[in-house]
Amino acid sequence: MSVSERRLRVTTPEGVEFSFRIASPVLRLGAMMIDWALISSAWSVLALVLTPLKIISWDAGQGVMIVAYFVLARGYDVIADWSWRGQTLGKRVMRLRVVDARGLRLTFAQCLVRNLLRFIDCLPFAYATGGIAALVNAKGQRLGDLAAGTIVVHEPAETAPDATVLGDQRFNTLRGQAALVARLRRETTPAEARAAWRALERREQIEPSARLALYAALAAHFRRRAQIPDALVDGLTDEQLVRNVVDVLFRERG
Amino acid sequence: MIVNLDKFIAEERPRWERLDAALRRLADDPWRELPVAEARELEGLYQRACADLARLRTYAADPGLRTYLEGLVARGYAEIHGQKTAGGRVRPGLWLAKGFPQAFRRRVGAFWFAFALMVAGGVFGAGAVAFDPEAKEVIMPFSHLLGDPAERVAKEEKAAAEGEDRGADRRATFAGSLMVHNTQVTLNAMALGLTWGVGTLVLMFYNGVILGAVALDYVAAGQSVFLAGWLLPHGSVEIPAILLGGQAGFVLAGALIGRRDRLPLAARLRAAGPDVVSLCGGAALLLVWAGLIESFLSQHHEPAVPYAAKIAFGVAQLAALVWWLARSGVAAAPGGGAERAKGGGA
Repeated sequence: MSVSERRLRVTTPEGVEFSFRIASPVLRLGAMMIDWALISSAWSVLALVLTPLKIISWDAGQGVMIVAYFVLARGYDVIADWSWRGQTLGKRVMRLRVVDARGLRLTFAQCLVRNLLRFIDCLPFAYATGGIAALVNAKGQRLGDLAAGTIVVHEPAETAPDATVLGDQRFNTLRGQAALVARLRRETTPAEARAAWRALERREQIEPSARLALYAALAAHFRRRAQIPDALVDGLTDEQLVRNVVDVLFRERG
Repeated sequence: MIVNLDKFIAEERPRWERLDAALRRLADDPWRELPVAEARELEGLYQRACADLARLRTYAADPGLRTYLEGLVARGYAEIHGQKTAGGRVRPGLWLAKGFPQAFRRRVGAFWFAFALMVAGGVFGAGAVAFDPEAKEVIMPFSHLLGDPAERVAKEEKAAAEGEDRGADRRATFAGSLMVHNTQVTLNAMALGLTWGVGTLVLMFYNGVILGAVALDYVAAGQSVFLAGWLLPHGSVEIPAILLGGQAGFVLAGALIGRRDRLPLAARLRAAGPDVVSLCGGAALLLVWAGLIESFLSQHHEPAVPYAAKIAFGVAQLAALVWWLARSGVAAAPGGGAERAKGGGA
């Protein structure tokens, strides 16, 4: 297991490596604010539901409300983390998840410990201790996370790429240029390839003028990066060039 | 790229989707235990996803798919390799009969340390009030404890004799407040263990100071029986519960300091976690009971409720608690060997 660029890398016994992206304190703060708003709203509703108890007995109603608020405020995080595999509603919205620091399944004890120790992370005010700990710690752990052996990770939405995005590229002018294709594959970074794929995937969602500008920028970038000769792209639109580049990057002709 | 991506995706995607669906089903019920056939299928799909990820590792120009597969493998890894650590379904009955008392006994050294601190605080508090009566104003946490104990007792007993049930209209509110406040204090005592035990130490000592000061004040005023009748019914549970919070704090502190252990910090904390949770759970449960007793029994005095009955109730309750913590769930093996083998001090 190793940590780099706020990522925690885990190597499985099968010899495969995967990584978690450590959540930033800002995202965690956002999730916390959402949860706080949710608890406040839930309490407003619960208080309304419990109020009739006070008509029967003011004392009993008040006693129940004191305990109910405590259970809601202290229990929400624990129950949500446990029931939703490390997510509260706020974490779901912010795409965060609490996971075991070794990549294993979160246990009930871990959910409890990390939430019961919030008190110490809140000291002396406004999560100062927990915030400083999360900033200083390589895995972004507040003290509760340290004690529970958990980390909070950011999970951006990812779906398996749809190969139909590439369409039919029978007339790709880059094909047959072995040296150029090799150069393109060597020089293109994963992020650039992904950006080009996404630009094609989301074609219909982009405004025409913005789309033209985006494809122009991508085409210029790939031409410069792989030194694509003018003769090969003569008469091609920027969009077609991007399609051809993505085709040779992602597809192997049999 | 040496892989035909669209062919690869078309062939493998159904398996990924089956793995995803299986993992989602597991996520929907955290207590679910997989049947053998389903577990085998899950493992097979996971191994296949691992292999797919390994194939893609070398193909730099495909981060989207790789990230997707990494997510799947990470979730599968957590489920398959995490089963051992996750433990089974929580069974409250079993936890009450075995889990909690066994956790207490495993970490009993931390309990005695918390107890010693509270006793030391008590001696200090009693000494402070004995040698400097003005210290009472600083030490006593509630205004009704500042007056003369004899006057208070006379007032309480007069009200009881006249059939006046003072505070009857707010018993449940009082009970709720006590439960919440005491549970919060106990959880804080545990959490302060992360200050290498210093915060827990201060809290245990401080609670002892208050207890010692109050006890000496009433004993010196000749009100020992009233004091016992007032404190024992709820105190025989409440004070041990706070000590359990202190015990949990010192278990955490022990894991942080790791004086006797060569394990890394994370492993020490992980090992302490389940016992800390058990101790806190037990303390919270006791405090709910103590809140009810303090509100609905402790506040009734003679002649409404005889002190002897209240004292007997408190003593019986304490004896039951001691038995529970000391004997419940003790392994039947000769000499309690099985439990001792698992043990380890605080």
